[in-house]
Amino acid sequence: MTNKPCKKDLLQWINVVSFAVNDVNLFLDTHPTDQKALEFFHEYSKLRNQAMHEYAKYYGPLTVDTTVESCTDRWNWINEPWPWQEGGC
Amino acid sequence: MWIYEKRLQYPVKITQTNAKLAQVIISQFGGPDGELAASMRYLSQRYTMPYKEVTGILTDIGTEELAHMEIISAIIYQLTKDLSMEEIQKSGFDKYYVDHTLGLWPQAAGGVPFTATYFQSKGDPITDLHEDMAAEQKARTTYDNILRLINDPEICDPIRFLREREIVHYQRFGESLRIVQDILDSKNFYAINPAFDMSDKCNCK
Repeated sequence: MTNKPCKKDLLQWINVVSFAVNDVNLFLDTHPTDQKALEFFHEYSKLRNQAMHEYAKYYGPLTVDTTVESCTDRWNWINEPWPWQEGGC
Repeated sequence: MWIYEKRLQYPVKITQTNAKLAQVIISQFGGPDGELAASMRYLSQRYTMPYKEVTGILTDIGTEELAHMEIISAIIYQLTKDLSMEEIQKSGFDKYYVDHTLGLWPQAAGGVPFTATYFQSKGDPITDLHEDMAAEQKARTTYDNILRLINDPEICDPIRFLREREIVHYQRFGESLRIVQDILDSKNFYAINPAFDMSDKCNCK
């Protein structure tokens, strides 16, 4: 059994690593051979993917692709609040 | 193709409604320098962009603008959630309420509806990139103007994030323009339109 991460902390972590991935994605569009930026992208992209799967497992999917992580007999995508709602991401 | 992610790019948690501010901030949803116009501008321009770096930046920034539209929409939604009739009348929100109740609809602060005339897709890389750089600065000014009107940290915080992204996007579009100009004839950048004159259509030489 792994330790269940805190929902708020995990979401904050997803926001942080996703921002890093997005920002360096834009930088790489105009600097496609920058090795430091490429390394940074790979590192944070990996962290983001792990965190997205972990979040889906414990707190419901943030993308349709990760719905399989939270295996129940119900369609989980619509269960958790939407991002603009109270308790949403 | 797009895939939805069920989270905001930057969190929005507003605990105090304020219909007056919502009417101002709505300009960044459907106004002349708003996020909807920004996204439609870049996603429209990208099809005829002949340089892969720039097609990439238009696609990725155009996509990020959709996430920004969602942040602005969340701010407006939370600022107008469960408003009482008294608050609606007192704040001047009645003019919006009569047509849309509390539903979100893209308009400028002055009530002008969203229109595609807010942006241009000219089919000329130099022209389009100048438009894009100007658009980012105009949005930045709008966010500066909004920040002068508010002091609630719950609203200021996501608005500051959005303002900062305008500056980063401006930088990336500047690099894109540089990439385009480095490929073109440095003696006359305007000799041809590389999105139109590359397939033996030019009879002028």
